Amino acid sequence: MKFSKLTFTAALALALSATNASADLKVGMITTLSGGGAGLGIDVRDGFMLAVEQSGVEGLSVVIEDDQRKPDVAVQLADKLIQSEKVDVLTGIIWSNLAMAVVPSTTAQGKFYLSPNAGPAALAGKGCHANYFNVAWQNDGLHEAAGEYANKAGYSNSFIMAPNYPAGVDALTGYKRMFNGEPAGELFTKIGQNDYAAEIAQIRASDADSVFFFLPGGMGISFLKQYANSGLDLPLIGPAFSFDQGILQAVGEAAVGVKNTSQWNKDIENPANMAFVKSFKEKYDRLPSLYASQGFDTANLLLSAMATADVNDQDAFRTALEAADFESVRGEFAFASNHHPIQNIYVREVIKEGDVFTNKIIETALIAHSDVYAADCSF
Amino acid sequence: MSLMLVFEQILNGIQFGVMLFLMAAGLTLVFGVMGLINLAHGSLYMIGAFAAAAVANATGSFLLALAASLGVAAAAGALVEFLVIRRLYNRDHLDQVLATFALILIFSEGTRWLFGSFPLYLDIPDYLKGAVILPGGLQYPLYRLTIILIGLLVAIALYLLIAKTKIGVRIRAGENDREMIAALGVDISKLYTAVFAIGAALAGLAGALVGAVQSVQVGMGEPVLILAFVVIVIGGIGSIKGAFIGALLVGLTEKLGSILLLALLSSFLEPAQAKSIAMMFSSMLIYILMAVVLVVKPSGLYGRRV
Amino acid sequence: MSRERQINIALVIVLLTVPLWAWIKDEPFTLTLCTRMAILALAGVGLNIALGLGGLVSFGHAVFFGLGGYTMGILASHAQTYSPLMESPFLIEGTKSMPIIWLIATAVSALVAFLIGALSLRTSGVYFIMITLAFGQMFYYFAISWPAYGGEDGLSIYVRNGFPGLNTLDPVQYMVLTYALLGIALWFFSRLANSSFGLTLNAARQSPGRVQAVGIRPFKVQLFAIVISAAITGLAGALFADLNRFVSPTMFSWQTSGEIMIFVILGGVGRLFGPVAGAALFVFLEHQLGGLSEFWHIYLGLILLGVVLFARGGIVGTLAESGLKRG
Repeated sequence: MKFSKLTFTAALALALSATNASADLKVGMITTLSGGGAGLGIDVRDGFMLAVEQSGVEGLSVVIEDDQRKPDVAVQLADKLIQSEKVDVLTGIIWSNLAMAVVPSTTAQGKFYLSPNAGPAALAGKGCHANYFNVAWQNDGLHEAAGEYANKAGYSNSFIMAPNYPAGVDALTGYKRMFNGEPAGELFTKIGQNDYAAEIAQIRASDADSVFFFLPGGMGISFLKQYANSGLDLPLIGPAFSFDQGILQAVGEAAVGVKNTSQWNKDIENPANMAFVKSFKEKYDRLPSLYASQGFDTANLLLSAMATADVNDQDAFRTALEAADFESVRGEFAFASNHHPIQNIYVREVIKEGDVFTNKIIETALIAHSDVYAADCSF
Repeated sequence: MSLMLVFEQILNGIQFGVMLFLMAAGLTLVFGVMGLINLAHGSLYMIGAFAAAAVANATGSFLLALAASLGVAAAAGALVEFLVIRRLYNRDHLDQVLATFALILIFSEGTRWLFGSFPLYLDIPDYLKGAVILPGGLQYPLYRLTIILIGLLVAIALYLLIAKTKIGVRIRAGENDREMIAALGVDISKLYTAVFAIGAALAGLAGALVGAVQSVQVGMGEPVLILAFVVIVIGGIGSIKGAFIGALLVGLTEKLGSILLLALLSSFLEPAQAKSIAMMFSSMLIYILMAVVLVVKPSGLYGRRV
Repeated sequence: MSRERQINIALVIVLLTVPLWAWIKDEPFTLTLCTRMAILALAGVGLNIALGLGGLVSFGHAVFFGLGGYTMGILASHAQTYSPLMESPFLIEGTKSMPIIWLIATAVSALVAFLIGALSLRTSGVYFIMITLAFGQMFYYFAISWPAYGGEDGLSIYVRNGFPGLNTLDPVQYMVLTYALLGIALWFFSRLANSSFGLTLNAARQSPGRVQAVGIRPFKVQLFAIVISAAITGLAGALFADLNRFVSPTMFSWQTSGEIMIFVILGGVGRLFGPVAGAALFVFLEHQLGGLSEFWHIYLGLILLGVVLFARGGIVGTLAESGLKRG
């Protein structure tokens, strides 16, 4: 981790680090780099750093810290980065619950926060803040697209399930907001659950014509493998999080043909995206994931603002961020009034390309979509 | 709630219980014979799954993968026993908890260092894929039936090992009186290494079997570890029979509990309210079960008073 | 002066010098770290009463840590939105006042400890470890699935609660407050250890039969120890939540129980300054190793393992013993 810098070495060494004034803009990245969820944080970091390197900008320094996916550690790192490293901008958090712990106090201390992944409803509506920008999606977005797709595909009674936590509640709310049918059943599962035999039994016992599920990471892998062997063959729909590049190889054949929704895919045809996919592959020797693309966009947004405004002039810098004057790898990108994205959300299908499982865009679910919470937000 | 759903959940509970038994058997043996609390037992489960995934990807054979999970986990267990664990037998439980907690950290991050941060691929072989139709018309995954079968076979094998073989006699003797068995000239340290390796191999096997239908990733052992502790405590520590009964109890509570609770609450509450209350308590059920068992029988169902 | 006493004094000097230095050099984050250390040490001092004096290995002290945290979170969030907790049969309102929150946090923790303790003390040995773990898991899952106060996301409090006459948002002042509470707890611990209650508790640990023979029920003494122990850990939980201005179910997790236990064992079970030394080392390592490598947990694991295998009696214990041998 060559970009990471350690300041707390011993009490005696602290005096030296206090007068670090050469940097024009200092970014603190708090993300998950160890433990079970590390894959997502590593992708965000790699995408972000790729953009920083490619820009070759002088005067941008990045301090990277590992939150271990623990909210109290994240809060403490945010304190450290703000108080001791004196960063101007924070970014990097993957999980909604960590974002809820860090973002409000960061913006209250007059710093900018750019979210490369989490977009909890609470921060998009009444709890929004002028210095908080979400470069990924509001949590509901991909689920709303899934609901819209289900309508087009002619499903009228989906069985829907998600883990029992706020992002899971957001997921089912988002799906139902767009879905015209009536859910055949609604289930909240345990967080970190890995055995879905009971849920599959309940799907079997229902009269559903399709299954919508939001089970990010390992939970999704487990569900897909077990579903494939259950004898059930109802069509599955889900957001991209269970079908991402990092985990698709672990799911294997069980995922092929499943439809999932995403604001990005590696086959979106625009010069920025093609260059990104190519250079990411060259540098890290793996295909970029959704999270890597979000990290990459976050860095480019920041760089675009840096080019036109000084971060010390907060109003000017905020206006520069609002303009979103950068080439997003997902194509058209703008901020809504609550600083959350207005963007297209696509339907992808899992395919096998040679030996590698990956996604292919098959249609557009929502065009220039923004979230419903913007109306509640006033700065 | 249809009868078919209940029947399917009973099968699911048995399958889950049998898998927990594989974990709990080693844990309870190690405690019974050596008096050791091993928090790192979940790491051996993870090692089994990773070994199986690596071998399956290299050779394409599921049977070889299972063999690898047994072998690698046993080897890792024996190594850890030799390097660290044997220094802990005469310590109090506190030192054991701390040292094996440290081992979890080392194993988890070591595995991530070796295999990377992304989950690994491990799938069940084609001949175990799909569902079979059981009498009564229920479709049930063949693989889950296979796990039930393997678990029962292991339980029988363990019973025979302990009841009928020489090593079994020594294990039973070791549980009763450690000094006596050493005085009789049994090489106690070899016995301990063997017991630990057997326990590790069973955990590794459980990891591989489960890894084929779940996600093979760092940290996969910890939730199972806690459940395995619940099992051995309910059953009575040191008792293989207790572990078996405890595992089935926990498995059935986990899979049947939430739907029965929901049905019960729905009979006198509004559906939405019943649902939210049932959800809140369903994840606590097995811990409530454990606390109730311990309050009524402070040494578990089949434990000796300690 | 005993060797242990010298070590304690040295420790106090170091733990006072570091923040003083940080304050002079204007390094607020070091002060935050010292505050964190003091709060975690306080939780450890609480556990040390049950564990060190009473020999009761509670693997569920996260329950009390979390209860303290949630007491603060719930009271402060209601005060923040001016919505009362309860209107009938009588009105209960939220509060942003630290002393009141502390009082309620300790009372709630003590009450719950009374119930958990009364049930858990029916068991002993490993079963006691495991039943306390079971209670911890119950609270953990309850906190996750109870939607009213944020569920898995937890609760954010935007402004730290107030203490009369102090500006608690100032890192120094909040740190002084936690140091003071830690000092009082240490004083209390040393008084307790040498009181007749402490001696009875110790006796109940070593030979319950004899205690019974002189007409004292070990159960009563041990239950009382758990209640006091929980109250102190609960207070630490409220302080911890205020430090982060945030509470979440992680405070109830078994890993939290394990960490509190680690502070005590690392420092020295039953030693007055054991939890302080343990928490200080833990906080130091966490921040020192985190920057060295992505895989820093391996090093943390190796260090912990080294302490258990080669430094029996924890840091304070080992240093004190080595002094005895030499002197």
